Amino acid sequence: MASPLKQFEIKTLIPVQIGEVDASFTNSALVMTITVVLATVFLVVGMRGRAMVPGRWQSMAELCYEFIAGMVRENIGAEGRQFFPFVFSLFMFILLGNMLGLVPYSFTFTSHLVVTFGMAMVVFVGATIVGFAKHGIGFFGFFLPHGVPWYIAPLLVPIEILSYFTRPISLSLRLFANMTAGHTMLKVFAGFVVALGLFGVFPLVFVVALTGLELLIAFLQAYVFTILTCIYLNDALNMH
Amino acid sequence: MPQFDPTTVSPQLIWLAITFIILYVLMAKVALPRIGQVLERRQHRIEENLKKAETLKSEAEVAAAAYEEVLADARSKAHDVLRDVREAMTADAAERTAAVNTRLLDEIAAAESRIAEAKNSAMAEIRGVTAEVTRSAAQKLMGEAPDENTVNAAIDAVLAERG
Repeated sequence: MASPLKQFEIKTLIPVQIGEVDASFTNSALVMTITVVLATVFLVVGMRGRAMVPGRWQSMAELCYEFIAGMVRENIGAEGRQFFPFVFSLFMFILLGNMLGLVPYSFTFTSHLVVTFGMAMVVFVGATIVGFAKHGIGFFGFFLPHGVPWYIAPLLVPIEILSYFTRPISLSLRLFANMTAGHTMLKVFAGFVVALGLFGVFPLVFVVALTGLELLIAFLQAYVFTILTCIYLNDALNMH
Repeated sequence: MPQFDPTTVSPQLIWLAITFIILYVLMAKVALPRIGQVLERRQHRIEENLKKAETLKSEAEVAAAAYEEVLADARSKAHDVLRDVREAMTADAAERTAAVNTRLLDEIAAAESRIAEAKNSAMAEIRGVTAEVTRSAAQKLMGEAPDENTVNAAIDAVLAERG
C-alpha cells in the first residue's frame, strides 16, 4: 500500500532553471493552469450568449458573480467594489483548486502550506497597504479600539498586534490543514478497501460518504478564505 | 511530509504568482465585465418594463374612468329620451282622445238634431192628420164641415193645453 502522503508529492514535469532559482513546471503548476483555464472557460463560454433570460450554464456563472459581489457588498460596502475582481479570482482559484484535487490521481495545490501561505500573505500585506494608504499613520489606531480606558492599553495593544500578525498564519493553516487532513483520510480509507478484500465494501461506502463531505469542505474552505479576506479588507478600509 | 520539502517552495510560489496573475487579469478584464454588463442590462430592462407597466396601468385607469363617465352619461341620456318619449306619447294619446270625443259629441249632436227634425215633421204630419180627422168627424156629426181655421185654432189650443 502506497503511503497516504504520496499524493502530496511535487513532481517536476518540465524542469526550468532561472539563474539559481528552480522554477520548474510541476504537477502543482499544471493543476493551477487547469484551474485558470477552467475558470475562464466556465465564465466566458457560459456568458457567450449574454441572454436576457439565462440558461443553466449562464445561471451558474451569474450565481458565482452575484455570490461574491454580495459578499463584498455586505462585508466591505461600496468601497469594496475595487477589490471585487481580486476577491472573485481568489474564490474561484481556491474553489476550483479544492474541487480539482478531489479528482482521482489529480493533485491538490491548496494542500501545500507554501501555496496557502503565499495567498494569505498577499491578502495580509495587501490589506495592510490598503489600510496605510487610506488612513496613513492613523492606521496604527487600529491596534487600540475606541472607548478603551488608557490603563488597559499596555495590555490590549500587544494582544491586538499579535492577533493582527497571526492572521496570515491562521488563514493559510486552516486551508492547508483541511485539505491535507481530508485527502489523507480519503487515501487511508481507500487503502482499506483494497486491503480488506470482500469486506472492503464497508470502507468503500465510507469513502463515498467522505468524498461528499470533502466536496462540502472544498466549498466551505474557499468560502471561509474569501470571507476572511473581505473582513480583513473591511478592517483596513473602515478600521472596525 | 512532502509539504515541508524546501526544494519545492520556489517552483510552487513562482507558478502560483504566474497563474494567479493571469487568472486575475482574465477575470478583471474579460469575464467579470461581461457578466456585470449582462446583469446590468437585465436590471435596466426590468426597471424599464416596470415603469412601462405603471404608465400602462395609469392609462388603463384613465380609460376606465372615461368609460364610466360615458356610461353614466349614456344612461342619463337614455333616461331623458325615455321620459321625452313617454311624455310625447301621453300628449298624443290625450290629443287623440280629445279629437275622438269631439267627433263623438258632434255625431251625437247631429243625431239629436236629426231626431228632433224627424220628431217635428212627424208632429206636423200628425197635426195635419188630426185636422183632417177632426173636420171629417165634425162633418159627419154636424153635417157641415167646420171652417179650417177654426179647427186649426182648436187643435193648437188643445196641443198647447196638453204640452
